[in-house]
Amino acid sequence: MLRYYLKLGFLSIRANPALSLLMVAAIAVGIGACMTMVTVRHVMADNPIAHKNDRLFHVQVDNWNPNNPYREPNEPPEQVTYLDATRLLEAGRAHRQVISFKSDRVVQPDDDEILPFQEEVRATSADFFAMFDVPFKYGSGWDAAADRAEERVTVLSAAMNDRLYGGEDSTGRMLMMNNEPYRVAGVLDDWRPTPKFFDLNNNPYEDPEDIYTPFSVAVTGEWGSSGNNSCWKSPEEAGYASYLASECIWIQMWVELPTQADKEAYEQFLADYVTEQKELGRFPRPLNNRLSTPEEWMINQEVVDDMVSVLLALSALFLLVCLLNTIGLLLAKVIRRRNDISLRRALGASKAELFRQYIVEAGMIGGAGGLAGIGMTWLGLRGIENVFSEYDFIEHLVTMDWQMVGLAVLLAIVSSLGAALYPTWRACRVSPATTLRIQ
Amino acid sequence: MLVMKDVYKIYRTDTVETHALRGLSLTVEEGEFLSVTGPSGSGKTTFLNIAGLLEELTSGTYELDGRDISSLNDRERSRVRNEKIGFIFQSFNLIPELNVFDNVDVPLRYRGFDRAERHRRITECLERVGLASRTKHFPAQLSGGQQQRVAIARALAGEPRFLLADEPTGNLDTNMADSVLDLLAEINASGTTIIMVTHELTLADRARRNIFVRDGELHDGPPELHFATAASA
Repeated sequence: MLRYYLKLGFLSIRANPALSLLMVAAIAVGIGACMTMVTVRHVMADNPIAHKNDRLFHVQVDNWNPNNPYREPNEPPEQVTYLDATRLLEAGRAHRQVISFKSDRVVQPDDDEILPFQEEVRATSADFFAMFDVPFKYGSGWDAAADRAEERVTVLSAAMNDRLYGGEDSTGRMLMMNNEPYRVAGVLDDWRPTPKFFDLNNNPYEDPEDIYTPFSVAVTGEWGSSGNNSCWKSPEEAGYASYLASECIWIQMWVELPTQADKEAYEQFLADYVTEQKELGRFPRPLNNRLSTPEEWMINQEVVDDMVSVLLALSALFLLVCLLNTIGLLLAKVIRRRNDISLRRALGASKAELFRQYIVEAGMIGGAGGLAGIGMTWLGLRGIENVFSEYDFIEHLVTMDWQMVGLAVLLAIVSSLGAALYPTWRACRVSPATTLRIQ
Repeated sequence: MLVMKDVYKIYRTDTVETHALRGLSLTVEEGEFLSVTGPSGSGKTTFLNIAGLLEELTSGTYELDGRDISSLNDRERSRVRNEKIGFIFQSFNLIPELNVFDNVDVPLRYRGFDRAERHRRITECLERVGLASRTKHFPAQLSGGQQQRVAIARALAGEPRFLLADEPTGNLDTNMADSVLDLLAEINASGTTIIMVTHELTLADRARRNIFVRDGELHDGPPELHFATAASA
């Protein structure tokens, strides 16, 4: 019977093109508005490392001011000090551990036709690539030995490799930065985690850095951080060494702990470490260590702006208004088709069969509304892109993936079926005797 | 066999109570051709609607082929209506967006026949009413008489035991009306019970038995007698 109902639905839509078009338009506009915000929120709230969410943890230890928490209510600092980062790294108590910060260097290309340019660089430890499943096009990252030996090696993004070497395999070539040569160890494949979960400090939606170097090389070279730096008390002396010995936080730390037991053991290790540091006069606040999964960390850092949630709620209300209009139009259609309904009842259709027939028709209208809604969503996203065109990252927030396309159609069908329930129920209650009598 | 005993039908609103049928009792034997006449508002269409399971009775009993109809749920009533009853309406009631073939197909779809069986029945019925060459035509492309023949074919396609006709010639000219009545007589001759509501005495005469309904009550006998009585009263 489904094919029959589909045929009847098609004939009904064709017989009432204006009414059907109005319903499709109402659904499409509502879906377009709603899905525009759902898409933006989906991209903003996505977890690009969801497959490892249960084993990656952002590390926080509370070395902050004894009189005031880093952030209310009693939030520990978002980053760690150099002292803590290096000691925790050296302890090697996690399956993998990464410390990193953002800096910048002047890149001096081999090609004389390309002028030197300043570029953001991520100084990090060897496990960064394996821990975050970073894909490689050529070569690989460096190892822990290179970290320890302070080897001048580098990993380039695919875009940087295209820019500097025309996209060819550049592993083994030497890249000059600030007059220092770095051997290219690897070239990344396309990799753009959104949000940039491993460093949410500045802009969660910015591109990841295009150049990666060992953390140890950066510290030896006394590179400054171009990311967030916060200190609850000033370094005791001027100079880089004093900065490293200070209570200033500027390094992001992540650990990989495959099992719950590993996590519990690491929590105990952190507690022991902080207790030990307290005995040395540091960590004046009560014990307040945190291990957060990427998802927990993104929620903690509120990567989704509250305004987006407000706009999403408003767009959902708009969809509701569109559906109320659709209900009205469907009711009008039912009234126009009372004769057809009554006749089918007289010829043996049960209320259930009529219900199915009209629900299928509503589903077809919803499907058409969903497809048109995808177009509306695309227009909505382009509108957002144009309004916020001054932000480089905006293009990454206004892209629809297949998941969103499917959701748009599904939402449209479910919405239209919901909107059709009352008119269809009314259709089933049409009295055939009364209607056929007044013909 | 159709048996109604002491059937009442009362329409109620907040302020008004209308007695459409008052203790109507009737037995229609297999193969009868029954005409139902009566003045306007007498209850004859209400009777037909109850007989066709389009309306529920207020009190009394109604048995169709020995089965008590009043206890059936909507699905069962629809099933009985689909299998045992065919309808012919004054205004034909064809579905305008379906062609002749698909209009006749409607009751068969709810019967659950496969494609081949439906095709066989539709073709046979359209041949029987003389419209086998019009399968792809839409109702608007047919004359009134042809539309009523399509409606008859649709009613016959399910091979019903009872054919209920409500003023089947009311919208037709005399020639077309005669032709439709000839067809009904032929259908009746093949064994189908026909109950025809009409207000035209000449048409009622074509039936083998006549009943007269007035003020929701039933009177057996030739309609002329009752119309004369009603007029003199």
